[in-house]
Order: sequence, then C-alpha cells, then structure tokens
Amino acid sequence: MARGQAARWAILFALAAAAPFFFYPIFLMKALCFGLFAAAFNLLLGFTGLLSLGHAVFMGSASYVTAYAMKAWGLPPLIGILAGTGVAAVLGVAFGWLAIRRQGIYFAMVTLALSQMVYFYAVESKYTGGEDGIQAVPRGMLLGLIDLNRPLAMYYFVLAVFIIGFAIIYRAVHSPFGEVLKAIRENEPRAISLGYRTERYKLLAFVLSATLAGLAGATKALVFQLASLTDVDWTMSGDVVLMTLIGGVGTLWGPVVGAFVTVAMENYLAQFGSWITVIEGVIFVLCVLTFRRGIVGELAHRLPRWLGRRRATPD
Amino acid sequence: MKAKFILAVAAAAALGMATASGASAQGAPKPIKIGVMNDMSSVYSYLGGMGSVAAAKMAVKDFGGKVLGRPIEVIFADHQNKPDIGAGIARQWFDEQGVDAIVDLPTSSVAIAVQQVAKERGKVTLISNGGSSELTGKFCSPTGVHWTYDTYAMAHGTGSAVVKQGGNTWFFLTADYAFGHALQDDTAAVVKAAGGTVVGSVNVPLNNADFSSFLLQAQQSKAKVIGLANAGGDTVNSIKQAAEFGIVAGGQRLAGLLVFIMDVDALGLKTAQGLLLTEAYYWDQNDATRAWAKRFQAVYGKIPTSGQAGVYGAVSHYLKAMAAAGTDDGIKVVAKMRELPINDFMTKNGKLREDGRVLRDMYLFEVKKPEESKYPFDYYKQLAVIPAAQAYRPLSESECPLIKKN
Amino acid sequence: MPEWMHIAVPSAPALFAQLLIGLINGSFYALLSLGLAVIFGLLNIINFAHGALYMLGAFCAYLLLNYFGIGYWPSLLLAPLAVGAFGILLERCFIRWVYRLDHLYGLLLTFGLALIVQGVFRQFYGASGKPYSIPEALSGGQNLGFMFLPNYRAWVIVASAAVCFGTWFLIERTRLGANLRAATENPALVQAFGINVPRMVTLTYGFGVALAALAGVMAAPIYQVSPLMGTNLIIVVFAVVVIGGMGSILGAIVGGFALGIIEGLTKVFYPEASATAIFVIMAIVLLVKPAGLFGRRA
Repeated sequence: MARGQAARWAILFALAAAAPFFFYPIFLMKALCFGLFAAAFNLLLGFTGLLSLGHAVFMGSASYVTAYAMKAWGLPPLIGILAGTGVAAVLGVAFGWLAIRRQGIYFAMVTLALSQMVYFYAVESKYTGGEDGIQAVPRGMLLGLIDLNRPLAMYYFVLAVFIIGFAIIYRAVHSPFGEVLKAIRENEPRAISLGYRTERYKLLAFVLSATLAGLAGATKALVFQLASLTDVDWTMSGDVVLMTLIGGVGTLWGPVVGAFVTVAMENYLAQFGSWITVIEGVIFVLCVLTFRRGIVGELAHRLPRWLGRRRATPD
Repeated sequence: MKAKFILAVAAAAALGMATASGASAQGAPKPIKIGVMNDMSSVYSYLGGMGSVAAAKMAVKDFGGKVLGRPIEVIFADHQNKPDIGAGIARQWFDEQGVDAIVDLPTSSVAIAVQQVAKERGKVTLISNGGSSELTGKFCSPTGVHWTYDTYAMAHGTGSAVVKQGGNTWFFLTADYAFGHALQDDTAAVVKAAGGTVVGSVNVPLNNADFSSFLLQAQQSKAKVIGLANAGGDTVNSIKQAAEFGIVAGGQRLAGLLVFIMDVDALGLKTAQGLLLTEAYYWDQNDATRAWAKRFQAVYGKIPTSGQAGVYGAVSHYLKAMAAAGTDDGIKVVAKMRELPINDFMTKNGKLREDGRVLRDMYLFEVKKPEESKYPFDYYKQLAVIPAAQAYRPLSESECPLIKKN
Repeated sequence: MPEWMHIAVPSAPALFAQLLIGLINGSFYALLSLGLAVIFGLLNIINFAHGALYMLGAFCAYLLLNYFGIGYWPSLLLAPLAVGAFGILLERCFIRWVYRLDHLYGLLLTFGLALIVQGVFRQFYGASGKPYSIPEALSGGQNLGFMFLPNYRAWVIVASAAVCFGTWFLIERTRLGANLRAATENPALVQAFGINVPRMVTLTYGFGVALAALAGVMAAPIYQVSPLMGTNLIIVVFAVVVIGGMGSILGAIVGGFALGIIEGLTKVFYPEASATAIFVIMAIVLLVKPAGLFGRRA
C-alpha cells in the first residue's frame, strides 16, 4: 500500500473514531449499519450487474434472529450477531440458487417474490411478534467485559463491524474474483466463452452480499434494540436502491455516502410530512436522468479536472 | 482516492449539519420541551398529524406558556410508522435536545419502542392515538401514560353494548395482525360472557382492498352481528363493500371495533348509517366539548378527532401535575398525575392507574342517517355510556410488572 | 397442522359464489394489468408509476364530481383522457430519455415519478380517503340464489372484458396495432416508411396510462379513493404481468382472470395467505417458464 494511501486511511479512521464526540452516536450507528447494507447490496448491483428487489429480507431476517436469540436465550452479543448473519447466509444460498437461474428483470422479480413470502411468514409467525416486532432487546456485554449499553462502547463496536464488513467487500472487489464479476456485468456471454463458470461466481457474489447484509441487520437490531416488520418490507428494499443510486452505483464508497445522506435526510426532513415522499421521488428522477453516476461517481469523474490533474486509473 | 477522501469529509459534515442541534443561549432558563411524534404522511396521519401539534400548542397556551418559571416549547416529528425512526428520534430528543415528554404516538410498534426508550431514561410518554393494550400490559412503564383509548376498551364497549341490544351471534372479519386478533379475542370474550355466541371468523391479510369474498362468508354465516376487527382503510373498505352487498339491508348489523369520526367522514353517511362504534370523545356531545371543538377548529381548521382532543387533555394534565409537583422529574410528575383527578372538557373524574392506564368513561355511538344530520360533521347519536370501571382491563388480568399482586 | 394454517371447507353453492367473486376481481386485475402490458410490450418500459396513475384516475372522477358536478358516466371517458394527457406529458418530459438505457433505469424513474405524484396528493388530500358512491343506475343487485350479486360488480366484469377484448383486438388484429408492433421491433425501418414513430410511442404510453386511469374510475365507487390506493396494488399487478408474460397482451388478460380466481379460492381455504399466493405463483412461473404463460421474450 502506498504511503499516501495509508495516510488517507489513517485520517479516515481518526475521523471515524472522533465522530461520536461531535455527532449523535445513534445516527452515526444507523448510518454505518445502512452503509454496510448498501455496500453489500452494491456488490451485487454495481459490480455484478444484478438488481435484487428483495434484499431487505436478508437484513430483516438476521435482525429478527439476533433480536430473538438475545432476548429469549440471553446469548452474548457476538454469538447473537453470528447467529443472525448465519441465517442470512443460509437464506442467501437458498434464494440465490433459485434466483440465479434467471437474468435481468426476471431475476429481480424472483427476488421480490421470495422476499414477499418471507414477509408473510414474518407477519404470521409468533416468534417475530407480528406488527409489534421484538422489543426491548438487551445489548449484553461484549466478550463479558464491555457493557454495550454505553453509547461510546456500542459505537466503536459498530464501527469495528462496519470496517470488517467493508474490508471484505473491498478485498472482494480488488481481487481476481472481483474482476470476473465486473466481466460478468459487462458482457456475460463473453465471460462464459472465456471459460468462466459464471453461475458459480454469481451465486458466490449473491451469498456474500446476503451475508454482509445480514451482518448489517444483526448489528442494527442491537443498536435500536428492536426488530420489526419494516426491516423485511419491500419498501426497505427500495430504500437501499435509493441509497446506492444517490451515492453511485459501481463505486465502493458510493453506497456508504448514499446511506449517510439518506439517514441525514430522514432525520432533517422529519418535520416535513408528506414532502419527504415527494423529495425522495425527485431524487430518484434526478439521479436517473442527470445524475447517473451518483455523488461519488460524479465527484470522482469531475474532481480531477477541477483540480487540474489527469485521472490516473479508473476506479 | 483523494476525491473519495474529500467526499467522506463532506458527507460527515452534511450529516453533522443535519443532526447537530443548535446551542441554547447561555444563562436563559432551560425550557420544558414537549415533543409531538406521530404519523404525518401516511395511513394514520388523519387521526393526529399536525392537528395533534395544534392541540398540544393550544394546551400550552391555555396553561400560560410557562411552568416552574420556565418557558414551554412544543416540537414535532414524523415517525413514518417505522419503529427505527421513532426510537432514533426519541433517543435524540431525550439525550441531545432535552425533551421531557413525548406525546401522541399512533402505531403500536412505534409507541412500544418509544415508551421503552423513555422508560430507560425516566422520561414521560403521553400516548393518545396509540391503541395497543400491551402499553399498560407487558410493556408498561412508570413514566408511561395511556390517555385516550385502548383496544380492550373499544372491544368491551362495543361488544357488550351490542349484545345488550340483541346482537348475540357474531361473525368476525379480522385483520391478520396482532391488534386485529386482540380486538377479536377481547370482543369474543365479552360476547360470550354476556351470553352470546361467536359463529365464525375469517382472517383478512392487511392492505387487502377487496372484501367481497370475506363479506360473503359473513353473510352466509347468518350471524346477527358482523364484527369488524380492523382499522383505517380496511374498515372503510369493508363497510363500503358491505353496503354494496346489501348486508345491512339484509338484516345483519355492522359493529366497527376501531372506528373514528374521520373514517365515517371518508365513508359518507349514506354508507355508514347505522354503524355502531365506541369513542372517547365526540365534538358535539355537550356544551363543553362543543366549545373546545370550536376553539380547535379556529386554530386548525378541522373538527378534532378523539386522539387530538386527548393530546390536549394529556398535555394539560401533565403541566398541571408538573407545577404541583414542583419538579420536572418524570417519575415524580407522573406520580402527581396519578394523585390529581382528571377533569376537563372531555373527561369527568378520570383517574390515572398505576399501570399507566387512564380510566375514563367511553361512549357508544350510532352513526346517523343522512336525513338526521343537520350540519357538517353531525354524524353521531349517543346510545350509551360505558363507565370507566367496566371499560378497561382489570388489574388482575394484567401482565404489567409494576402492579403489586397480593 | 401448524397453528397458523386454518382451513375451512364451504358448501357447493358457497364455493360457486366465491368463484364468481374471484372472476370479478380477476377482470379488474386484467384491466389494470393491461395498461402495464401495453407499455412494457411496446415500449420496453417497466412502468412503476402505474399504481399512482390508477389513483389519479380515481381522484379525477372524485374531483369531476365534487367540483364540476360531472357524474360517473362522463367520467369514464373524461378521466382517462385527462390522465392520459398527463401521461403524455410525463413521457415527453421524462421517460423518453431512458429508452436506450437498461430496464433498471426505467423502473427507477417511474418509481420516482410515482412517489412524487403520491406525495403531492397525500399532502393535499390526507390519507383517509374520499367518498364516491355507486351511480344510481347501477346500485342494488340481483339475488342469484347462491349469492346476492351487486349490479355494479356485474358491470365491472362486463366492462373490463369489453375493454380487454377491444385492446387486444386493436393491437393484435388491426393495421394500427401491426404498425405499433413493427415500430417496437425495428423503429428505423418503420420510420423510413413515413410513420412518425416517436409520436406513436408517446401516444402508446398515453393509452397505457389511460387504461390505468379507467381502472381507477371503475374502482372509485367500491374501493376507498385515497392517495395510497395504488401502492399495494402495484406489486400484485406486476405479478400478474410477469405470470402472463411480460410482453403479452393476451397474457395479461388471461393472467389477470386466472389470478383473480386463484386468489378467490385461497380466500376461502387459506385466507391469511391470499395476498401472498400470487407471489408464490409468480416465483414458480419465473423458475419454470420465465417468459410467462404467453410471453415471447425470455
């Protein structure tokens, strides 16, 4: 890693570590969880070219499992999160295996249909608490030592989870595996003709995406100490598309930035009633018509020119 | 990479601007803050919405704008019916903005979540539009006040009164959600206790627009009463379609277990006539209710719903108790709220019980025929009073851990 | 049997009544899906704004009645025209920019437009809905012995069937329809023949929108006229179109009727699942025959 790059990572890390002293920790944690969720989603959309319209189901089911495990069985937080993430991974394998058989809009529709079935189960099952959800989930003691009820401790824990998850995505993208995914996105028949078993790569990307979305959901259950139907609703799947679109499809940091912007917007606009929906709609329209690269993509494209420097390598 | 670095900083700044609260002036007394949180943009916005904010502000103004020598501020936010958002805003309000009480809270999942957050911090929740009886059951709180109605009272009110009128066989159209089942179970218990029978029921998925199939099943059951254990748009649709299928004309009665005046307005009297329902407040009941409604209408422009009237009542009583208790400490203020009897334009000798439930009289209404209605919103005729002692779940049946069981 | 499965078996006349109701609902689904199928089949746009446009049709009827005193029958023509014109405006201003892009963008754009329309109406009209009554001529009903059939429902099935057949005929059997289908396959060639392709495309979108609005007007007397009335219906309609085959008019019609009947049966035997049954079928169809029952493209 070049020295300049290492320095930048260090500064980002320092900013992240100092952030809870300037901004409200709960919102930072919410943004980090959604940032990880969106980044995982983008692994599938931006880097493999697969639009999943039911991605909330992985985040939501992990959220429910972790909430239930911690409340009913009193498991320690790490085990609880692993349980939730594990369930999301299993669902990812099952749904991925079914959905990968189709392409494009049909793939999207399969994921939507499967997520609706999970939603129905979440409504009916007595384990999920129906529309009340699972409430008053305890946060527990991390490794038996650190009390996660203290906001700062919880924040650093969430930050660590985010860094791990994001590092996995980063590593996946900047690797031969990632290159094959990009090849599949660009031109799948050509990738096949080069001898790659694209079905396996797509499935692996799907499972990875689902697992990390699950990790985000499991952590979110501990942050808010609840799990509810909103987490498996198809409008949540729509929200993650919005975040990725705002930030920039196909960029690494884009979804994270998009998540931060969306969470900030939700908070800042809470006083505006129905206008929130209108504003979200306007953003969708603008992003599709003029702003297709998203915030990060647009900046990455224009900033070098503004700074009078040539762009080195495309990212 | 550099672009992204700058971007990360910019995003952080954007987030900071959005979440940072303004620093209050040094030296001025810290205001008492009341936060109105409800649905302002979606399915339950007509029950409270900005009207609840207007009601809260009215209460503050009528109280004099100050308590304990400090000014009173009313802020508001839309929880969009999502517990994440509600809990997040509640935490920020309590931890960062010094909010003392959160008011209104429709949508049970959000109400329960916010009451939890408040309970952990010793802050007050005054719930007006939220309905789940679990708020004073297993999720009860020493600083939680459930002011206006709950699902148990609605079920008992309508259930027992209808059976007394001769409706002793029931068929339920139940929204397939926890509150729908709760409404059905509570009403069924009342019906059986009064000597009636439940001949059948059907669970309807939420957000289903067409009830013809279910209404047909109800019709074929030949039950005298069809209980609508649902709310909002589902209730309106089922009543509208029941009229279409000639259910009332065929001799069966409709009992709305969770119906409000704005639902009747959405239906129109021609369709809703004859519907039986229970409410805590109707604007045209007596001089006091009328006078308050006219004042509310002058400020907000619409007739008040029972939830909005409840917000006014709850905030008024809270401020009165705070002045009497001499402190802003949540636990002490709510304890004082329990000591003081509740008497206002809509409540006579109401009492706050130790599980957080306000015991008040409820009223059984029947929707008027179009020719009986003489002026706008002249919708109800009062049939009966359900006294507070009978309307609410007795403490012996409650799961609230705060109650000392001897 | 797990506690959440609850199965009841009705008598024969009762079952027949439920089938009839399923058929009526199916005709409504068919009418609603028709517009979507036309737009996707001929324009390749996944019109997520369909639910919002359906809502606009219902609101148009409500506004025509309350502000201009115009009743149901003229509204059946006026509302689709008005909303269709609005659709043409949307197409000219927004949608035509995404024709050459991936399907995803069309979906997201129309989803955004839907949010805007719904949000604006919710801001001004609230969420609780507005009353709209059944026209006098269609009120009341017939006692068929096994059930009481409201006249309005009988009208719905007749009118929907007529419109569905008319549209199918227009697109599959007339010269205009043939030109339209050709223009989708090879716009340059058709343009070379002197046919104004962009204008045809715009009018087609307007026509699809008008069909949605017509469904809205027909829904106004029986469902609640509210800004949110299209939101949950839209994914059901999508399921219908996918099952029928995304490019196919006939598929949308047959799919709509079939799904209405299946949903009706589910409401009798396993009512809690009636909203989800459609998605189960959609998943099965997508995995077994992704082009759908009548679809041409895979």
